[in-house]
Amino acid sequence: MSGARIYVSRDASAQGVGANQVADAITTEAARRGIDIELVRNGSRGLYWLEPLVEVTTAAGRVAYGPVTPDRVADLFDAGFTRGQRHELHLGLTEDIPYLKKQERLTFARVGITDPGSLKDYLDHEGYRGLKAALGLDPAAIVARVTDSGLRGRGGAAFPAGIKWRTVLATPAAQKYIVCNADEGDSGTYSDRMIMEGDPFVLIEGMTIAGLATGATQGFIYLRWEYPDAHMALDTAIAAATQAGYLGDDVLGSGRSFHLEVRLGAGAYICGEETSLLESLEGKRGQIRYKPPLPAIAGLFGKPTVVNNVITLASVPIILDRGVDYYRNYGVGRSRGTLPIQLTGNVKCGGLIEKAFGVTLRELLYDYGGGSLSGRPIRAVQVGGPLGAYLPESQFDTRLDYEEFANIGAMLGHGGIVVFDDTVDMAAQARYAMEFCAIESCGKCTPCRLGSTRGVEVIDRLVAGQDAAKQEVLLRDLCNTMIQGSLCALGGLTPYPVISALNHFPEDFGKSTIVKAVG
Amino acid sequence: MVQKSPSLGVIPIRVEPSLPAAQRTAVLEVCARLKSVAGALMPILHGVQAALGYVPKDAVPLIASELNLSRAEVHGVLSFYHYFRKQPPGRHVMHLCRAEACQSVGAVTLEAHVKQSLGIDFHQTTADGAISLEPVYCLGNCSLGPSIMVDKQLQGRVSPKRFDELVAQARASS
Ligand SMILES: Cc1cc2nc3c(=O)[nH]c(=O)nc-3n(C[C@H](O)[C@H](O)[C@H](O)COP(=O)(O)O)c2cc1C
Ligand code: SF4
Ligand code: FES
Repeated sequence: MSGARIYVSRDASAQGVGANQVADAITTEAARRGIDIELVRNGSRGLYWLEPLVEVTTAAGRVAYGPVTPDRVADLFDAGFTRGQRHELHLGLTEDIPYLKKQERLTFARVGITDPGSLKDYLDHEGYRGLKAALGLDPAAIVARVTDSGLRGRGGAAFPAGIKWRTVLATPAAQKYIVCNADEGDSGTYSDRMIMEGDPFVLIEGMTIAGLATGATQGFIYLRWEYPDAHMALDTAIAAATQAGYLGDDVLGSGRSFHLEVRLGAGAYICGEETSLLESLEGKRGQIRYKPPLPAIAGLFGKPTVVNNVITLASVPIILDRGVDYYRNYGVGRSRGTLPIQLTGNVKCGGLIEKAFGVTLRELLYDYGGGSLSGRPIRAVQVGGPLGAYLPESQFDTRLDYEEFANIGAMLGHGGIVVFDDTVDMAAQARYAMEFCAIESCGKCTPCRLGSTRGVEVIDRLVAGQDAAKQEVLLRDLCNTMIQGSLCALGGLTPYPVISALNHFPEDFGKSTIVKAVG
Repeated sequence: MVQKSPSLGVIPIRVEPSLPAAQRTAVLEVCARLKSVAGALMPILHGVQAALGYVPKDAVPLIASELNLSRAEVHGVLSFYHYFRKQPPGRHVMHLCRAEACQSVGAVTLEAHVKQSLGIDFHQTTADGAISLEPVYCLGNCSLGPSIMVDKQLQGRVSPKRFDELVAQARASS
């Protein structure tokens, strides 16, 4: 048995606050003291305010310290942290940290626990059991399990995954594709990144199962360029899985073939929309396609294609392994299972919270988040990315459930929550929503391409008080036109953050709000 | 490039693009490696940018002929995506996050500081050639903003002071 097993995350966010420097300092200090250690670079536990988090294995379990800076490392050695001894930064057993203990980690079961580069570690932690179960089923039976689990797409639109898969299975073609949407463009989200960096094999397993279920033999992961660490982790894992026969011409000796490749995006938010993504994968401008045909019938290169988000696909292995009921027993209403929530922005304890649907915003913001980072009152939150509505305090008791959010004109989207304190200027946020739409518009339709630029101008005049009442009518009209006349959700949903800001925070737009609740 | 015909009846002369030999070799190498993959244009543009730091406009006809595409098609794709550079970068590229989660913790103030202290706007390079500045819309670091990516390394909780340190480090390294 070698020396102490020490974990320092390799997660990009952890690196951004110095995890590599801490890892180096630990290695150097251990060598200097002649202490034998084994350093593992794991994924992040998602307790971001505690990063860089350092863990050490003890007989009682893993003990955590954080946030650690390189200049505290010598000190930690003095205190005997390699044996889990007490220190000012000592947080006790990692699993007992309330933020983590209160979660239901299904999709994220291994993230932060295993070495993401080690297939052996994956297998030792129940990896590839879903694929083995799937290999014993015929395609229709796999699809039925995914359908019965109630799993809905986690990329934003919440479409039932099983129904999409069934369409691809039922469409005969010589070639079909599985495309993983790893474009993760929404501000306030990083759960895809955490999975790809922290447990890439679970995504690979999920995609392989999707291939078996639908008859697709080639998969692509369309990854945003902004995630170079995820790119490396995926390439390493794909190579290891191929080497060990989990990918390739004969998946685990089944005679079934499934190949997988990563492709990079190039900084276009619109390429997260599935038809635009397919255009981009084909080597074209990322412009939206008219639907129909659905990608499930004529997708990549005109072939039947499953397009699913990273989290959707990464949730499939546990459904196949533990069974339909295990998964669907979590959640409320028609929102079954768990949602990896990302608590972000101006919040004290920001991080990844995987919970069954049904938790309220208020619990997340205060019980988990501990209020704002600045210590000031929380004034607004934006849920569901740049196209999601801004919610005021009076709506904080809303439960995380697709339908409950839809009922208040909001959306859960990819599960990102961005917190703002009372210094926020909601007119500036509304203006930014329009500006973002103008920057990212694919240019195919006028309400989005021109309406967004008009929107910025109208908000500027409204705030400047130039004939404010008229500007407000104009803004609401413009929003209605965008909602009704846009081809896709970029133009069609941008009005939601704008109008919600205007309705809930009229005081930020100047005095007058004459028309209420249009659009 | 096609020269404007000075008068009717004169056949336009195709002048070979003035891509320096080393760049030409690099572009051809990338094309040879990737042109047979499905949907090759995006991987090739990434490959060229990885090799040269940007995609020179004179590389467009070369890529087009290698892939049997029109120049307009290649140019259309190149210009659609924000990440592809048409100008050579400085020695380091900084991508500053402008998105909401970073806004909530001071990204707007940071942006003003960044532009002022570098003396440049987005899409520009400092006079000493050290740093190019680009906007980015989320780096997936939304619980630890404000965020900047320096080359391919993410930096979190970037205060104006921390930014100045990062610039000093970048200027000191090659
Ligand atoms: C403007 C726009 C951006 C989108 N961005 C993403 C994204 O970054 N990631 C994602 O998974 N889905 C995104 N979507 C949703 C996709 O179009 C599609 O619904 C999703 O990939 C399907 O997978 P799912 O059913 O597993 O969610 C976006 C949609 C729109 C309209
Ligand atoms: S709404 Fe905007 S992004 Fe969507 S198709 Fe129209 S122009 Fe393109
Ligand atoms: S909003 Fe800046 S990193 Fe996500």
